[in-house]
Amino acid sequence: MAEIIVVTSGKGGVGKTTTSASLACGLARRGKKVAVIDFDIGLRNLDLIMGCERRVVYDFVNVIQGDCTLKQALIKDKRIDTLFVLAASQTRDKDALTEEGVKRVLDELAADGFDYIVCDSPAGIEKGAHLAMYFADRAVVVVNPEVSSVRDSDRILGLLSSKTQKAEQGNGGVKEHLLLTRYSPKRVATGEMMSVEDVKEILGLDVVGVVPESMDVLSASNAGIPVILNEQSDAAHAYDDAVARLLGESKPLRFTEEPKKGFFARMFGGG
Amino acid sequence: MGLLAFFRSKPTSAQVAKERLRIIVSQERSKRGGGPDYLPLLRKELLEVIRKYVNVSPDAIQVNVEREDGHEVLELSVALPEQPSP
Repeated sequence: MAEIIVVTSGKGGVGKTTTSASLACGLARRGKKVAVIDFDIGLRNLDLIMGCERRVVYDFVNVIQGDCTLKQALIKDKRIDTLFVLAASQTRDKDALTEEGVKRVLDELAADGFDYIVCDSPAGIEKGAHLAMYFADRAVVVVNPEVSSVRDSDRILGLLSSKTQKAEQGNGGVKEHLLLTRYSPKRVATGEMMSVEDVKEILGLDVVGVVPESMDVLSASNAGIPVILNEQSDAAHAYDDAVARLLGESKPLRFTEEPKKGFFARMFGGG
Repeated sequence: MGLLAFFRSKPTSAQVAKERLRIIVSQERSKRGGGPDYLPLLRKELLEVIRKYVNVSPDAIQVNVEREDGHEVLELSVALPEQPSP
C-alpha cells in the first residue's frame, strides 16, 4: 500500500519544496520506494531543488493528458536508486490538472509498488493546492514560527479536515503533522520568536520535526542537492529525525535549544 | 520609571504574537463552521444591551467559543471606552 503524504503550508516561501525534497530523500535512503511530485503547475521548482532540472523531458501534465507514459515521465534520482521525481508542467493552463487525472497517476504509482508518494503542494489554496492534498493519507504542514505562516497553516488545517477524500469519506481523516522550519533557538530564548510549544498550542497538532534556520538550506538549493544529504548540517539531521518520526520511531526534538555556553565563554563573551 | 515598572515587565514580542494568533485563529475557526451559528446574533444583541448603558463601538465586543480538551468556553470580552459617557 502506497502512503500519500502532502507537504503543504498555505503561505509561500516557508520551505515546502525544501521539505518535500528532503523527506523524499530521507524515506528513499531508508530503502523505501518513493516518488515526489511537484504540484506547482506553471512554477516548476522541485526539479531544481532535486538537481534534475536538465533531465525533465515529460511532466505531470503530459502524463495526465496521455502524451507519454508515467514511466517516461518519472526521473530516477542519480544518488538514491529508489527515488523518482515527477516534475510540474510549465503550462499556464490552470485546468491542466484534474481530479481524475491526479487519481489515475497516484493509482498507477501505487500499483507500481511505490511505498511513499510525496506531493509538494503549491502555495495558496487554489486548485493545485487542493489537488495536492485531496488524496493524501497524511499531511506535513510546514510552518515558520511567525504570525502569517501560523495563521495560513490553520486555514490549511481547516481544508485538510473538510476538503479531502479522507475527510469526505469520514474514516478518520488525514493524519496531520507540523514541521517547523527556520527555527532560531537563540531568538526564542530572547523572546523574539514563538517557540515550538507556542506554535503547537495555537495549532493543536503534534510536531514531526523542527528544522533550525541554517545557511546550508540555501547552499543545498544552489547545488541542487537536498539539504538532508549534507551530513555536516544540523538541518539535515533535523530532517532525518522527521523522517524517522514519520516512520513511527520516537525521537526527542533536537536543535530547539541554544547550545549552552561554558563558564569561561560566558564570563569572557567568547563564542 | 520606578521599581514597579521594572517588575511589571513588558510582554516579549513572541508573547504578543502568540496572543494575537490565539485570538484570530479561534475567531477564524469559529467562522469556518466549527462554531455555533448563533454567535453573530448573540454578538449583535449583546451589543444592543450594552449600548443601553455604555457607549461602546461595534467592534468593542468579541464573542468567541473556544474548545479546550472536551469542554467549550464561551468567551465574551467588552472593551469599555476610556471616558464613561455622561
